[in-house]
Amino acid sequence: MAPLTEERIKSAPAASLPVRRRKISLFKLGEDIPRWLYFTIAAASFLIPIALWCIFTYSGRANALILPTPSDMFSAGVQEYQSGYLLPDIEISIYRISMGFFLSALLAIPIGILMGAYKTFEAAHEPFVGFVRYVPVPALIPLVMVMAGIGEPAKILLIWLGTYFQMVLVVADVTRQVPKDLLNAARTLGANRMQLLFNVLLPATLPGLMDTCRTMIGWAWTYLVIAEVVATSSGLGYSIMKAQRFSRSDEIFVGIIILGVLGLATDMFFKIIQPRLLPWAEAQRN
Amino acid sequence: MISQFQGVTGVQSGSEIPMTEPILKIEELSKQYPTKKGPLTVLQPTSFSMEVTELVSIVGPSGCGKSTLLHIVGGLTTPSSGTVYLDGKEVTDAGRDRGMVFQAYTLFPWLTVRQNVQFGPKQRGVKKQEREALADRFLDAVGLHGFRDHYPKQLSGGMRQRVAIARALANSPRIMLMDEPFGALDAQTRTVMQELLLDIRRKEKTTTLFITHDIDEAVFLSDRIFVMTARPGRIKAEIAVPFGAERDIDIRKSAEFFQIRAQVYDLLHEEGKAVVDAEIAAGRK
Repeated sequence: MAPLTEERIKSAPAASLPVRRRKISLFKLGEDIPRWLYFTIAAASFLIPIALWCIFTYSGRANALILPTPSDMFSAGVQEYQSGYLLPDIEISIYRISMGFFLSALLAIPIGILMGAYKTFEAAHEPFVGFVRYVPVPALIPLVMVMAGIGEPAKILLIWLGTYFQMVLVVADVTRQVPKDLLNAARTLGANRMQLLFNVLLPATLPGLMDTCRTMIGWAWTYLVIAEVVATSSGLGYSIMKAQRFSRSDEIFVGIIILGVLGLATDMFFKIIQPRLLPWAEAQRN
Repeated sequence: MISQFQGVTGVQSGSEIPMTEPILKIEELSKQYPTKKGPLTVLQPTSFSMEVTELVSIVGPSGCGKSTLLHIVGGLTTPSSGTVYLDGKEVTDAGRDRGMVFQAYTLFPWLTVRQNVQFGPKQRGVKKQEREALADRFLDAVGLHGFRDHYPKQLSGGMRQRVAIARALANSPRIMLMDEPFGALDAQTRTVMQELLLDIRRKEKTTTLFITHDIDEAVFLSDRIFVMTARPGRIKAEIAVPFGAERDIDIRKSAEFFQIRAQVYDLLHEEGKAVVDAEIAAGRK
């Protein structure tokens, strides 16, 4: 090998290439698309079905008993609101979902963390949860009604049954995914067992817990409607069932759309508060 | 001076007399893991000791048990046999007297840089003012004072490892245990980090046991290098690196550096081949 001399080192000239406009590729795996395009597509995903809906109904091609026109639906909604049923229905549904979900989280978070942290707790609870969680919640309705009647506690219990057993497993998984090296580092810095649990493991699970809550509240909406469809005389689920009995497809649509909007609002709420509550967490994908 | 000591201690002349008690002494450490096919030995009985302010590297092919050895010394893994002595006392659990830096990024993401460095002192109840002063001092030492209110996610890989080093130092450990701390960094950053480590060693008089598979890194940093065999690992050779604590980047261009490097390279190359041969043989079965 020749010795390294000055002549062998050539400095590269400063490059000044013309800026080339990059073509936007729509279907590249995992590749980003421009923000404006993303929002345009997202808006279209709502607007196109609405447009089709308008075309079918206003042209008279759809049976009005099955598919109401948007304006019929809208006036049905206004009517329901004016008659004083709509807001109490929304309120009671939100109350049920909040209580059911709150009680689930209250138990699932500490128990799940203990299951993920200690094999003893895992053995004590996980096999049992694995069994219960595959029992479909609707199959439990008769039992719930026998044991808790048909009042508010029965509905909250049903939502709790639907969410707790899923949530506790996910929380345990979130806890297990805390990197071992993080705990090892804390041990070598002199943290004792309690400090490991409260000062390391617990804060490390927070972003995962937020995500879990966000997913689980979606499940809670499902069980809310199941609970309200079966035996009740209030709530959004009930209002849909009642509308079906009277063949009021416009009112059915009102109920469905309100459920959708409330679900979307809850999801947005979690999406917005997460970076505020946990500014240190790595950015989430969705 | 040595002869005077001989008179007092009564040790026979001709044998090597350490000036001081070794800070770290490892006796017959070994590790086996139970597997379905019977016990798997990852570390054969290994002994060595280290003096105060020494920097000793362990190099070896992957899977040779060098990380296991360091984890045993750190008290994170229980050995199958053998004992670790720190300042003459047996250690069995993790403790702040042995500060560890890992290859993976282990900063606590919910704490700022400054809070991360204070973590150890805070757990043992050091007053806020005092531990903040400690944190600032060691953040200065790693050149990150300006980033003290940042969260780890805002830092580059090299910066994160600087904070990890400051965090371990702020606990005033007797010895630093470093498990391939620069392994995930790019080559340029790695060199800068190595210089930083030498700088800290000069200023803080640290004692360091360093694991790496990077031969250049081992020669550049160490006073002694232990070369390990392929699994089941044991120390195959010890190489003295006579550059002293006052070395700088220029030694990397010296003939002596290349010579030591070649020595380690030859020793490791045989082991690397042994690993690949064993893998191929296992695949044929």
